[in-house]
Amino acid sequence: MFGFSRAQSIAFLVMIALIVICPYVLYPVFLMRILCMALFACAFNLMIGYVGLLSFGHAAFFGMGSYIAAWTMKHWHIDAVVAIALGGLTGAALGLVLGYLAIRRSGIYFAMITLALAQMVYFFCLEAPFTGGEDGIQQVPRGNLFGIFDLSNDMTMYWVVAIIFILGFLMVHRIIHSPFGQVLKGIRENEPRAISLGYRTDDYKLIAFVLSCLIAGVAGGTKALVFGIATLTDVHYATSGEVVLMTLLGGLGTVFGPIMGATVLVSMENYLAQFGAWVTVTQGVIFMVCVLAFRRGIIGEIGGYLRLAL
Amino acid sequence: MFMIFGIPGPLLFGQLLLGLINGAFYAMLSLGLAVIFGMLNIINFAHGALFMMGAFVSWMLLNYAGIGYFPSLILAPLIVGIFGLLLEKTIISRLYKLDHLYGLLLTFGLALVIEGLFRNAYGSSGMPYRIPAVLQGATNLGFMFMPNYRGWVVLAALVVCLSTWAIIEKTSLGATLRAATENAPMVQAFGVDVPRLITLTYAGGVALAAFAGVLAAPIYSVNPNMGTNFINTVFAVVVIGGMGSIMGSIVTGFALGVIEGLTKVFYPQASATVVFLVMVIVLLTRPRGLFGKAA
Repeated sequence: MFGFSRAQSIAFLVMIALIVICPYVLYPVFLMRILCMALFACAFNLMIGYVGLLSFGHAAFFGMGSYIAAWTMKHWHIDAVVAIALGGLTGAALGLVLGYLAIRRSGIYFAMITLALAQMVYFFCLEAPFTGGEDGIQQVPRGNLFGIFDLSNDMTMYWVVAIIFILGFLMVHRIIHSPFGQVLKGIRENEPRAISLGYRTDDYKLIAFVLSCLIAGVAGGTKALVFGIATLTDVHYATSGEVVLMTLLGGLGTVFGPIMGATVLVSMENYLAQFGAWVTVTQGVIFMVCVLAFRRGIIGEIGGYLRLAL
Repeated sequence: MFMIFGIPGPLLFGQLLLGLINGAFYAMLSLGLAVIFGMLNIINFAHGALFMMGAFVSWMLLNYAGIGYFPSLILAPLIVGIFGLLLEKTIISRLYKLDHLYGLLLTFGLALVIEGLFRNAYGSSGMPYRIPAVLQGATNLGFMFMPNYRGWVVLAALVVCLSTWAIIEKTSLGATLRAATENAPMVQAFGVDVPRLITLTYAGGVALAAFAGVLAAPIYSVNPNMGTNFINTVFAVVVIGGMGSIMGSIVTGFALGVIEGLTKVFYPQASATVVFLVMVIVLLTRPRGLFGKAA
């Protein structure tokens, strides 16, 4: 099914079942936050897991998608899906520009350059009038879907977010398993070899980066509609760090890892929110434990134990 | 009042001095990053947090032990340096066989932990640190009034940067260090204790960050976020300079500080982003950095 292995198909069906059952048991807004962050993490995983490039500035695309969706929704009163799509396109356009600059270097430098460029976007958002500076864009209406479904109802919104998430997830999966994705993996394993085989690796890397930013923008736009706000937090480098941590915790380069990582981290933030800066400390400790002892992540470890690629 | 390019002279020179001070911090921090990267092959993301720790240790020395500014200029780097030494021995040394990116991720986590702990203990509003009595007041330079402390910061930073350069480029210890950067197994075969050299390099780079932190304490309020505010810009500085040369880091650091200061005079809105714009231009024209060696 969709190029899934048998084990992945089962995991996928379990995931779908959970997405359907959970809103009847848990608070839908909390679940929507998980889904948005999981989609964001899947987008990030496309770069680190399959191209081998660590982007430390993915919040720029997530945040810009969030700002644009919020702004268009609030001022143009357009359809929710159009606003989210505009958020995604903004992410992609920004990704094209920043990616063009960043892919000139690889490894550690790529991480530092994406971080620095994202910081530039952050300062831009701080100064630009349309973002509302420190206040952000508040009280964004959720609007309607196709003019029919009223999204101010949490359950209706939940199903829309769930469908966006599943489509995004399948898109990432499709990209990875396409011939294009195979070339990406080839570049990750041995870039000089890929070049000598005649692949223009920079083009491949840039396209992958733009696709990743597109999905990150969609995730940001969806998040803006769910919570009705877009703020500087969305473009802040701490958000970039968070998505790195989610993917690392779930398992770099695994199909379901980013989703698992997002679920664990969002839940943790939810329960630790009352303890202030202890959230940061806990995140830092998880980072260190993952790097030192647990580099395959949760899903990677489970997959390793079962001898399956999940 | 005299004018330069339609700008009042004192304003121009005042911003230039502020730029030089920021540049001094960029230089000291990027220098430490470059030295650590050369030897350990990791980007020390915790550098900003350790800079902040330097400022906090000097604040603690003053408020809990009554130890003043000048002793803590030596003591704080020493304390933070020992902390760095322990970090390298216990945690960071486990990563050398892995992909460089894991070093970045680990030190990022470390930075989160350190900053989170300080934020828990001291909040994020910031505490004042008084300028030592000797360095209070200002001197009339003829064309502007220079606050003495600011002049001292630029001077002290220059001396420390140039001494670091001299140690690495001109002493036999530095020669060993450079050799180990090029080819560690070979240097080890000559009987040099390379792991110890690596540990000391990390501690040295960290002490440099802490020294910068002590210098920064009276200028910026001592608060847990002071490191992160700097470090993101410092990464851009490192990309611009390239990490190949010590002198390159120093020159790039100071130069970018001055550019930032001048932007504040002529087009204040862009002053936060100008360093990143320079980075973009450098990436387009000379991707390996101004002083970087070809990969």
